[in-house]
Amino acid sequence: MAPVEAPVEKWAGKIRELKLGSGGRKSVTVGGSSSLPFVRFEGAQPHRPAIAIEIRDVEPRDWSSMLVSAWGDALKDPAKWAKKAAEYGADLLYVRLASAHPEEGNTGAAEARKTADAILSAVDLPLIFAGPDVADKDNEVLVAVSDVAKGQRVGLGNCVEKNHKTIAATCIADGHVAIAKTPIEINLAKQLNILLSDVGLAADSILMDPTTGALGYGLEYTYSVMERLRLAALMGDAMTSMPMICTVGEESWRQKESKSLDAPKSWGDATERALVWEEVTAIGLLASGGDIVVLRHPQTVAAVKSVLDKMFA
Amino acid sequence: MALSGIEIYKYLPKTNCKKCNFPTCLAFAMKVAARVVDISACPEVSAESKAALESAGRPPIRLVKFGPETHKVEVGNETVMFRHEKTFYHEPALLVRIKDTMPGAEMEKLVSEVNEYQVERVGKKLTMDGFALQNASKNPDKFVECVDLVMARSGLAMMLMSEDAAAMEVAAAKAAARKPLLHGANAGNLAAMIEVAKKHVCPLVVRETGGLSQLAELAEKAVQAGIEDIVLDPGVSDFKTSVDVLTNIRRQALKKNFRPLGYPVVTFPGEGAANVEEEAMLASLHIAKYGSVIVLDHFSSGVAYPLLTMRLNIYTDPQKPIQMAAGVYEVGAPKPDSPLCVTTNFSLTYFSVAGEIEASGFPTWLLICDTEGLSVLTAWAAGKFDSERIAKAVKQFNVGDKLSHKTIVLPGKVAVLRGELEDELPGWKVLVGPPEAMDIGGYFKRTWKA
Repeated sequence: MAPVEAPVEKWAGKIRELKLGSGGRKSVTVGGSSSLPFVRFEGAQPHRPAIAIEIRDVEPRDWSSMLVSAWGDALKDPAKWAKKAAEYGADLLYVRLASAHPEEGNTGAAEARKTADAILSAVDLPLIFAGPDVADKDNEVLVAVSDVAKGQRVGLGNCVEKNHKTIAATCIADGHVAIAKTPIEINLAKQLNILLSDVGLAADSILMDPTTGALGYGLEYTYSVMERLRLAALMGDAMTSMPMICTVGEESWRQKESKSLDAPKSWGDATERALVWEEVTAIGLLASGGDIVVLRHPQTVAAVKSVLDKMFA
Repeated sequence: MALSGIEIYKYLPKTNCKKCNFPTCLAFAMKVAARVVDISACPEVSAESKAALESAGRPPIRLVKFGPETHKVEVGNETVMFRHEKTFYHEPALLVRIKDTMPGAEMEKLVSEVNEYQVERVGKKLTMDGFALQNASKNPDKFVECVDLVMARSGLAMMLMSEDAAAMEVAAAKAAARKPLLHGANAGNLAAMIEVAKKHVCPLVVRETGGLSQLAELAEKAVQAGIEDIVLDPGVSDFKTSVDVLTNIRRQALKKNFRPLGYPVVTFPGEGAANVEEEAMLASLHIAKYGSVIVLDHFSSGVAYPLLTMRLNIYTDPQKPIQMAAGVYEVGAPKPDSPLCVTTNFSLTYFSVAGEIEASGFPTWLLICDTEGLSVLTAWAAGKFDSERIAKAVKQFNVGDKLSHKTIVLPGKVAVLRGELEDELPGWKVLVGPPEAMDIGGYFKRTWKA
């Protein structure tokens, strides 16, 4: 019998490289892959996926007690939290400016500047800043952060169709990356990339957030949309070839499987279940094309990191 | 790969004799392609053509069945590389490995735990598929004792693992009525294992970790010796090469129609994992990327639940939107004075809304209307989510009986229905909630006073 040869697909395109962090700050580069995730016989995967840790500018009130005990007092101080996250091995930090939400304090540009400043000086990791996901508040706080972080190439999000012009303009002016978020739909994802390109934002300054469905809560939709985006990019579609970020921790830890301490017996040990829930969501979305996973629990970070070490050894 | 009508036509006599009861050979070919009639309905087709057709029409990945009728496992017969291309059909079996060196009491406990494990999700009961019993002691008597113990405590499917054909023979003889999967044949014991598999009519695993060429050769030898039901074991057990090897095998079968690798594949995520969490991640990777029988080395409910959920998610048919059954759902533990929200039965809509309600800390009654799996705006546009349907659902499920108030919250995107719904539901107050699920928490905080 003739020897079995690896059935290599000849892809016309590849995923764009995207760099976060500059101007004296550490940097991380993701993307650049010319194959499907973890398929090493058909193309180079020059950069391993990166792990971001999510931190918030105010102490979260509704986080699981497992997260609260893991982070302790750091939850009360974003700069301290950032340092601790760096110690736990994050490649970058995802800073949620939650206090700007009209329901959560409605803080504005001044507060955002202060927070950004504190975190920028506390750690030298690459950073992503996310607003409260209320378009006009996002514009207010992200433009302020953009100015404070000028030249340090941070990510700014979320950029949606409604506010894309403002976010794109500030990213262009200050040398940042836009996090383009769309609701689990391949055409909307592509459309937003086109809109951002039309207003002059370079394609290598766009990171796609296709919206994460956690395990058991729409994971399969996100999984397939990401696979389709990745395949379209490999087939040569330049407007779907941006790397992707998945907010795994945020989605996983809000579900009752991760929060309930008094669950049915069949759900098993609460801590084990919650950690595995976040880890399995992460690995599923890495397998479908995720380039950055944003995690919450330090133990999940260690576990996913160890797995990526093995994969890219 | 299924043949097209034209491809089948090439094998027919092309005489239009009508003996098949179709007007022409081409018409008949089309019906065969559509699986309406069998090729044997043509009395004129030559034996060679028939054989060629049957072979070409065989699925590229064989469907392999094992386990007793009551807990049958079916793996393989997949037709696509990506679930969005069609769907994945046969969920991978999740087996828990038990070595015959395990102390008896421990073994009994583990078998009972796995056997009884059941968790409910979206109205489905999820369970483990069975056990992989390994003759780690190398002692045939111990192996048979282990088989006895498991069979006495569980009716689930079994994979028997021994390299020693003599040990396998006695174990397979014990378990034959439950049709175990035999693991298995390798380059050293092939002929003897094939005899055991044939004698007891069991599917056989062919193991070869030296590369896919060698694995294909070994599988081909098993086929030539008359074994049809084969499961491949290329030694998939680590993070680095799993996706590589499993993708390669799936592509050989689907893209190249390469028969010797057109079988389900068994994987061992526990072997390459440093701890339980890593094992869960590697098993998840094998669920997503082409594992068919997945052997776990640990069992605990806290890991089984997410793994079974992962399997459910990946093997959900993307062509059919998953629909929630219409009805009143309790999110949190709502009381009579808790809010009542209404939305559509598209599963993603349900999960978004239920997830946000859960996160809001406000226990809520959630009324799900049958909108045939459409989301809020789409259903409204299609006339499947209007005031009439909502009012009907309120009455049908006697929602009012659960409440101490008569207030219902509409999705913000269908605010336009408010007036009509108040007309349809006399005595009810209709409120308009936020257009996006993510704002539900804030909405409750602002407006809801119990």
